[in-house]
Amino acid sequence: MKFLRNQLDHVKHNFEKGGKWEKFFFAYEAFDTFLFTPNTTAGTKGVQVRDAVDLKRLMMTVIIAMVPCLLFGIYNVGHQHFLALGQQAAWDAKVWVGLVQVVPIIIVSYATGLGVEFIFATIRRHPVNEGFLVTGMLIPLVMPPDIPLWQVAVATIFAVIIGKEAFGGTGMNVLNVALTARAFLYFAYPLQISGEVWTYIPEGAGVVSGYSGATPLAIAAQAGTTQGADAVAALNSFGTGWADNLYSFSNMFFGFIPGSLGETSTLMCLIGAVILIATGVGSWKIIVSVFAGAYAMGLFMNLVGGNAFVMLPAHYHLVMGGLAFGAVFMATDPVTAAQTERGKWIYGFLIGLFTVLIRVFNPAYPEGIMLAILLMNVFAPLIDYFVVSANKKRRLQRATV
Amino acid sequence: MGKFIRLKKGFDINLAGKAAPTIASIDQPETFAIKPTDFHGIYMPKVVVKEGDSVKAGSVLFHDKKHEEIVFTAPVSGEIVEIKRGEKRKLLEVKILADKTIEHLSFTKYSVSDIVSLSREKAQAQMLQSGVWSNIIQRPFGIVADPKETPKAIFISAFDSSPLAPDYNVLFKGQEQYFQVGIDILKKFTTGPVHVNVHSEREISPVFSQVKGAELNKFSGPHPSGCVGVQIHHIDPIHKGVVMWTINPFGVIQIGKLFLNGVYDASKIIAVVGSEVSTPQYYKTYTGASIKKFIDGKLKQDNVRVISGNVLTGTKIERDGYIGYFDHLVSVIREGNDYEFLGWIMPSGKKLSFSRAFGLFSFLAPSKEYALNTNVHGEPRAFVQTGEFEKVTPMDILPTYLIKSIIAEDFDEMEALGIYEVIEEDVALCEFVDVSKHNVQEIIREGIELIQQS
Repeated sequence: MKFLRNQLDHVKHNFEKGGKWEKFFFAYEAFDTFLFTPNTTAGTKGVQVRDAVDLKRLMMTVIIAMVPCLLFGIYNVGHQHFLALGQQAAWDAKVWVGLVQVVPIIIVSYATGLGVEFIFATIRRHPVNEGFLVTGMLIPLVMPPDIPLWQVAVATIFAVIIGKEAFGGTGMNVLNVALTARAFLYFAYPLQISGEVWTYIPEGAGVVSGYSGATPLAIAAQAGTTQGADAVAALNSFGTGWADNLYSFSNMFFGFIPGSLGETSTLMCLIGAVILIATGVGSWKIIVSVFAGAYAMGLFMNLVGGNAFVMLPAHYHLVMGGLAFGAVFMATDPVTAAQTERGKWIYGFLIGLFTVLIRVFNPAYPEGIMLAILLMNVFAPLIDYFVVSANKKRRLQRATV
Repeated sequence: MGKFIRLKKGFDINLAGKAAPTIASIDQPETFAIKPTDFHGIYMPKVVVKEGDSVKAGSVLFHDKKHEEIVFTAPVSGEIVEIKRGEKRKLLEVKILADKTIEHLSFTKYSVSDIVSLSREKAQAQMLQSGVWSNIIQRPFGIVADPKETPKAIFISAFDSSPLAPDYNVLFKGQEQYFQVGIDILKKFTTGPVHVNVHSEREISPVFSQVKGAELNKFSGPHPSGCVGVQIHHIDPIHKGVVMWTINPFGVIQIGKLFLNGVYDASKIIAVVGSEVSTPQYYKTYTGASIKKFIDGKLKQDNVRVISGNVLTGTKIERDGYIGYFDHLVSVIREGNDYEFLGWIMPSGKKLSFSRAFGLFSFLAPSKEYALNTNVHGEPRAFVQTGEFEKVTPMDILPTYLIKSIIAEDFDEMEALGIYEVIEEDVALCEFVDVSKHNVQEIIREGIELIQQS
């Protein structure tokens, strides 16, 4: 390691003030601090010791929490692929198909995103922030397996520039960056990210007879428009003949269903949640309240009654679509979430509530979590404003007693 | 009867190198210095001595230009050897070469019964003249108290919860009488009570438990429960227009000695502690002592940082520097001026963290002692993580919002969010736990200065 350090120190002066590559100091610094935690010591006054945690470690913890989702996602892409083709395959064959589909998306996401970050850091002369480490992994996990790579690149560039840099960079953004990327694709290229795109089927490949790529939410929505239908029955009977019980409750919970790369498995998301909560990196208040909000809204709809989708048992909402993934990894983004502790309860609960509301009453777009989170991102400062105002008021009243 | 207040939020930084409860005898340091930079609210300290002058303990060294009656006096007798100035002739240190035996300037002596009938004016005049006045700190803002004010109450924190803090049972042992007289004097200055706050789970020194005429409040919980600002928040919170005074027990005892003995007695016990000190223990010396003799040959290695005060709020000083006016502690820890390969991700059991993020295990062993160094462990970033500051601030204050309002220089927000209730030490833990490595204490002081000028 000494050799590496010496090499870095050897070239360092080129990037410092007056050096020939002075402009690229922050790019150099990003690499240097990635390899070595710097030798900076505390100032003369103030704290003389600092906590061992830093933003890099925090972000890495989130990435580690996403690994179960990623690994399962890779397997599941292959699994769904062979199911649709009606072929039997060993697990390693499934993983291989998954890797071939998933790895390029991850590479494209990181390469374009970090590229934009480095360019902005160089132009604006600020350090490269670690925020994209997480965003770069989140973007692939919410993409369909067959997404054209150029669209991933365009969406990432759009999200980083418009979603983040335009607001001043990491820590300043209003909208969750990864969801901005997905929302961009949804509105710019709806063909590739909605409908029956959630299973990887190579062009020209024949699918098994009876195959349908409809998602559980689409089926439930469909049931909602049919007289006398029952959503649970419709889900349970789906796939009969080529993939029995594909949309049974347990199958949806474990995640052996078509969907975005990393978000199909509620179980894997819950493992991620456990990691985030145990390490204290993700807010348990937000995670719990999103699920609570969705469940409460589901129950409320059951009480009110109406069509088959409205009558869908509330716990089905928790395992369908991207609710779990959104609750665990998207809603908890500390920058775009509510920042006060009381605000986090309200913020999470409303996300869950709106998710189910959008799912059930918006036939054009059955998946509600993305829009619900983006909507609440916008409202998070308002929630905080009220919580902070209450604090001010409380303190003022206390003082006049 | 006093109150009992349970605090839950906070964090005890458990460091290696705690002082053994022994007071070592050692030759007194040759030089002593008083540093105007130890005091807030002193605008233009004006020196009234010249190099070469000889002074007695209690002789005036400098005074505040804005409040000429507030004087700062010599802790020992001897010769002024240096008046050290920095940039723009800013006064940094007034250095005294101490006599072998200390001569005191004499002030009026009182008997215990005289003190009861002593007027505030007379008491105040003697306290100002002798220099003990500068022990009294005014809230809001943490500045040297204005003699024209009548505080709503006076607060004394009778325990120190900061890392490696000296034990007040050792520091103030046997000073019961002086402490009582000090309280009797202070009571003349306020219409409200004098609060003495102790920790419920620590041994309470008879100095505090036997005190009469003061409210004895008990606190429990981790640091910053010993910070007087936190205590005020829970007993009698400050709002705009209210003035409170705070004073360390050392100051109370010094006031007691002034009236009973008629001298400005700056003798104090200090602790020299930290992982790099061979035998951490206590020493008897005087305010402003040169720390050279307490450090030389008494360290385990050379790459160290010497801090006057504790590791959260202290000031880095040279090895031949001087202990701060308000400090009873010299902490010596390793200087963390080294690189660490992939240090941002490597798991380690040697690192202390309030966080439980990947690879940081200190939450598993809360009673383990850590030998921390001064490395910052990361680079400054924008605010990202939320909710951590609140966990180490046992007050109904939102530190993140307060800090942001200061950065934005929004006076109304600062006021509404509690700038009157805090000084640096109250939020020092926020600076420690901050993932984004902000200089929280510096920002808080900037906010205080802004609001004072407005």
